[in-house]
Amino acid sequence: MEDLCRIALEAAVEAGASYADARYVSERVERVGTKNGSVDQLTSEHSRGIGIRVIADGAWGFSASSRLDAEAIRQAACLAVRIARAGATTAKAPVELSPLEPAVARVPHGAKKDPFDVPLEERISLLMDCDRAMAAAADVRLRQGFLVALHEEKFFASTEGAAIYQDRIETGAGIEATATDAGQSQQRSYPSSHGGQMGTRGWELVEELDLPTEAERVAKEACELLSAPHFPRGSFDIILEGSQAALQLHESCGHPIELDRVLGTEASYAGTSFLTPDKLQSHFRYGSDIVNITADATLEGGLGSFAYDDEGVPGRCTQIVEDGIFCGYLTSRETAPVIGRVSQGAMRADGWSHIPLVRMTNINLLPGDWTLEEMIADTAHGFLLCTNTSWSIDDKRLNFQFGTEVAYEIKGGELGGMLRDATYQGITPEFWGSCDAIAGKAKGEWIIWGVPNCGKGEPGQCAHVGHGIAPARFRGVQAGVMQDEGEDDDE
Amino acid sequence: MTMSDKRSLLDIARSALEASAAEQTEVLVSADESGLTRFANNAIHQNVHKSSVGVSMRAIVGKKIGVASTDDPSEESLRDLADRALTLARHAEDLEDFVSLPEPIAATGDTDLAPVQATVDCGPEERAAAVRQMVGIAAAEGLSAAGQVMTGTDAVAVVNSLGVEAYFARSNSRMRVVMQGTDSSGFAEAESDDVSTVSAETLGRRAADKALLGAGPRDLRPGRYTVILEPLAVTDLLGTLAVYDLHALAHQEGRSFTSGRLGQRVCGENISVWDDGHDPRGGRLPHDYEGVPRQRVSMIDNGVLKAVPYDSYTAGREEGATNTGHALPAPNTWGPVPLNVFMNTGQYSVQDMIAATERGVLVTRFHYTNMIHPVKTIFTGMTRDGTFLIEKGRIVGGVRNLRFTQSILEALSNVDMIGAEGEQFEYAWAPALRIQGFEFSSATEF
Repeated sequence: MEDLCRIALEAAVEAGASYADARYVSERVERVGTKNGSVDQLTSEHSRGIGIRVIADGAWGFSASSRLDAEAIRQAACLAVRIARAGATTAKAPVELSPLEPAVARVPHGAKKDPFDVPLEERISLLMDCDRAMAAAADVRLRQGFLVALHEEKFFASTEGAAIYQDRIETGAGIEATATDAGQSQQRSYPSSHGGQMGTRGWELVEELDLPTEAERVAKEACELLSAPHFPRGSFDIILEGSQAALQLHESCGHPIELDRVLGTEASYAGTSFLTPDKLQSHFRYGSDIVNITADATLEGGLGSFAYDDEGVPGRCTQIVEDGIFCGYLTSRETAPVIGRVSQGAMRADGWSHIPLVRMTNINLLPGDWTLEEMIADTAHGFLLCTNTSWSIDDKRLNFQFGTEVAYEIKGGELGGMLRDATYQGITPEFWGSCDAIAGKAKGEWIIWGVPNCGKGEPGQCAHVGHGIAPARFRGVQAGVMQDEGEDDDE
Repeated sequence: MTMSDKRSLLDIARSALEASAAEQTEVLVSADESGLTRFANNAIHQNVHKSSVGVSMRAIVGKKIGVASTDDPSEESLRDLADRALTLARHAEDLEDFVSLPEPIAATGDTDLAPVQATVDCGPEERAAAVRQMVGIAAAEGLSAAGQVMTGTDAVAVVNSLGVEAYFARSNSRMRVVMQGTDSSGFAEAESDDVSTVSAETLGRRAADKALLGAGPRDLRPGRYTVILEPLAVTDLLGTLAVYDLHALAHQEGRSFTSGRLGQRVCGENISVWDDGHDPRGGRLPHDYEGVPRQRVSMIDNGVLKAVPYDSYTAGREEGATNTGHALPAPNTWGPVPLNVFMNTGQYSVQDMIAATERGVLVTRFHYTNMIHPVKTIFTGMTRDGTFLIEKGRIVGGVRNLRFTQSILEALSNVDMIGAEGEQFEYAWAPALRIQGFEFSSATEF
């Protein structure tokens, strides 16, 4: 792979590039999926190729190829230069990169137990055990289980002298039960929805989840939701369980701090951001005093953890919000100088075939001094909302609406029964401004949740990111926006 | 001869098939050659090209199935592919309802489907020229333009051990532009297999006019309104319905409004929705990813739910069901989602609809739509890039964007004007609609 990247860099320079980097990526993914006692997904995916990024005539060009013979790579490099020159015809100013000491490094993966070493029979058997446990609940229509193992080898080289080899293993798992009734479909998941939990860890992640033990409860809760009352409409105090809090953080903090979208480069697709650079200067209040948020690529096991980003910048921890005040962005070598900083290392690409974009690392709400138990006991009337079902947010990341699988009413500091079809909505800074309690004091409450499906860019890219977070409470939130049948219209 | 031509792709597919020792085998080969030029702040900032070939094999032993893939089509790699797929199949548990891969079925047309040369020949220089046209309009109007110009070709070959051999190649292009003013924005987009039929100037002008018209937006109280949805917004609505509800697996698993409602009225009598992979107004797909010719499926006919699309798996698990050629690449755990959805047209222009509206909201496009409750078809999302207030038959100005939380079927029950013309965006083709009582549940700050 070193030779292929060297050929690419030499060809790019020869064609006229003033800067070039080449990224060889080889990715191996194995997925196991079960549904209702059958294996409906058993896959082995191999992908490898090279992506060549250049600056020529002051503009970017990029070309990617799955053909890896020397001639194909030279052609791809020359095409990248041609593309850059075509783009330069509209340029206002040449691309400038923040300074970087080129790294030469080899980074091993952090998995303790390689998931690819776990026999397929064992992986399938684990999910089938879960399936049988979920089948005990009579009204469950769909029983699903998921396991994924990913091994990525990446070599990055640049004309500045960087030569970085990184080895990465990711493992993920989850289960879901869906109960249906006339006009109803209710789902419960563990440990979170949309495929479960995922991290830069090995099989030990799956073992710690102990899926079979949770399976019967998950199925039972899905059935109970069919007859649970509908979530009411009104302004309530709500506590978000960890995985829902993670997605809230993802959408309302993670995306709006991506400096490329702040500067308008995603305007036609994902949108821009309300967190404009003037808010950095004016010490904009993003949340309440207890809200402290970091972007940290160095967390052990986080799905957004890495040693070097796809520009060769070392991963690091950056303060984003301190005591409620907005103070930092996710940046790249090109965007950081616009706000007078150097890249904090957030450029990541989806495989070999895409250019790197400013992406989340692990965006974390730092732990507070509460436990979830204390928060519930301290709530006179409110709701605990758990496990995401739907999400939507406007193109500046202000107006959001989320739905959760289940809610529990809290009355007089005690947790009550289940409610179905819970939704809540708000405006980002108002919402985080209403945060008055954050858990994390008790062991195991602060978890790095993996989000393996973060979409961005054109052509579309999917990033694997993480969110360290514990349950948190928010006061006076508008909730219950989805009407139940027979409910009176507000208007 | 290129890597994506019929002979090359079928040769790869046959070589892989020969390497397989499974009881049944399917090989899917895809080739993609695409260039995309993105611009923002009136300049090109991302400019990319991708060339790839992918090979996927589904190996079957009894009712056990394994799927392996690679993007290396060399002989050695194809042998490894066959080994991996077979190994997986041997380790799998039965997929109980699986019957068989499809048998060969004669193609039903589309012999003329081929990449359009103008699109094939469109390189980074031509894409940059289109960008310059849109940016020129933005600069002249004091606006900031962002968007993309994409051109490419893709080809797909499918063979299986029962004798299926299918192939298609096509071109595609898309231009998209957002024009941003101080407090407003406007959007325009067009797709075609022939890039020479897409006018950057027309799109740039349309988006700029919307941005200028929407300047100084006012607040609008959330509530139920008469809305006029332009075609792009209607295709978003249709696409959401297609993904979550309008296919056999969701129907069979009870997670769709269609479950138990075939033959029943589900929306207004003036609404018909169908899927047709052969209609040139959409992105044509002559056969599915199992090599089965796509059939036209009438899903909603004059408001009555008629049918849902099937693939071989979902057809095999339901008595009397027929495979309509809607398989996605294996393993498809989501279902045979229709990718060429159409809605009937009416007799009105958008201008007619505006003129006939006492008070309402004109919506250019939706943003970040997501289904909240598939069985009740309740979805949510935001308006974006051109939302206007209509009073007494004319647009009186822009409004700040609104969030809707609305049942799709309820909306399709309250359509009282349908556009005479339609547009294609991604997986659906639709006209503009005027809808009564569309629910906006909250507003945002811009």
